[in-house]
Amino acid sequence: MLKLHEKLKERWPENVVELHDFRGDETAVIKPEALLRLANFIKRDSQFDMNVLMDLTAVDGLALKWNPRFEVVYHFFSTAKNHRLRLKVRVEEETPTVSSLTEIWPVANWFEREVWDMFGIRFEGHPDLKRILMYEEFSGHPLRKDYPYNKRQPLIGPKN
Amino acid sequence: MKGNEGTGFFTSTINDMIGWARKYSIFQYPFVTACCGMEYMATACSHYDVDRFGAGLPRFSPRQSDVLFVVGTISHKLAPVLKQIYDQMTDPKWVVAFGVCTCTGGFYDNYATVMGIDTLIPVDVYIPGCPPRPENVLDGLIKLQEKIQKQKQEY
Repeated sequence: MLKLHEKLKERWPENVVELHDFRGDETAVIKPEALLRLANFIKRDSQFDMNVLMDLTAVDGLALKWNPRFEVVYHFFSTAKNHRLRLKVRVEEETPTVSSLTEIWPVANWFEREVWDMFGIRFEGHPDLKRILMYEEFSGHPLRKDYPYNKRQPLIGPKN
Repeated sequence: MKGNEGTGFFTSTINDMIGWARKYSIFQYPFVTACCGMEYMATACSHYDVDRFGAGLPRFSPRQSDVLFVVGTISHKLAPVLKQIYDQMTDPKWVVAFGVCTCTGGFYDNYATVMGIDTLIPVDVYIPGCPPRPENVLDGLIKLQEKIQKQKQEY
């Protein structure tokens, strides 16, 4: 019997780039332009039925010399089927942009704001893409590997 | 007594008396942001009981309080709020830095954390520890009381 990520590959062979399966964590790397279509599909298809977006985050592969540099990671869960699936989208460094999933899973709203705040990845179609953790005066995106980890930008008090 | 008005025995006793009254009626404002808050609660509850030291009535308005307890990590985003709370308190006022994060930034050395609240507001007593044990907190409270007793009282 095919595993979930293999079923996705079978259904969308041209949009799924790569598959992993580590200790039961099934992951499919997909093309960024197909994200919305595949997300809609795994939400509505009865075999997948992914009604929960558990987590949405990103990885900066600067030190690992990834090309493209960023990876946005989506963790999905189905409460009816009790199974999980991860989707990954690779994003290039110049104007990193992916489609927003807020229309499909409203919970993506704050997750995407966090990824924008920390990594500077834009989400097209997001209703209100602004910083969620840092303050508006903060410049840069602190979880990028080229941001000095202790570079402080105080609002009041002495500078660094 | 002629010629001694305003000096000597009588004024120093008033000073001591006001100090005695103030040190046993500490109305604290707990500015609790992080895990140190649990130790603060443990100290405030019946087992350790800060009410024995006259500090049992926390006020949740800075305008009614004398001592600002800064309990927990202060981030740069929160720093202007802390400063405003301090400015809203009426004199005489004191500040206690509770826990190592408020004293020095603690083990945080990153983009988000203030490296000690004494870069923002004056601090009277530092209570180190991550988090400090209630005995340690009471020790800091007693040191604050000694400081209040000894200082020149404005009135």
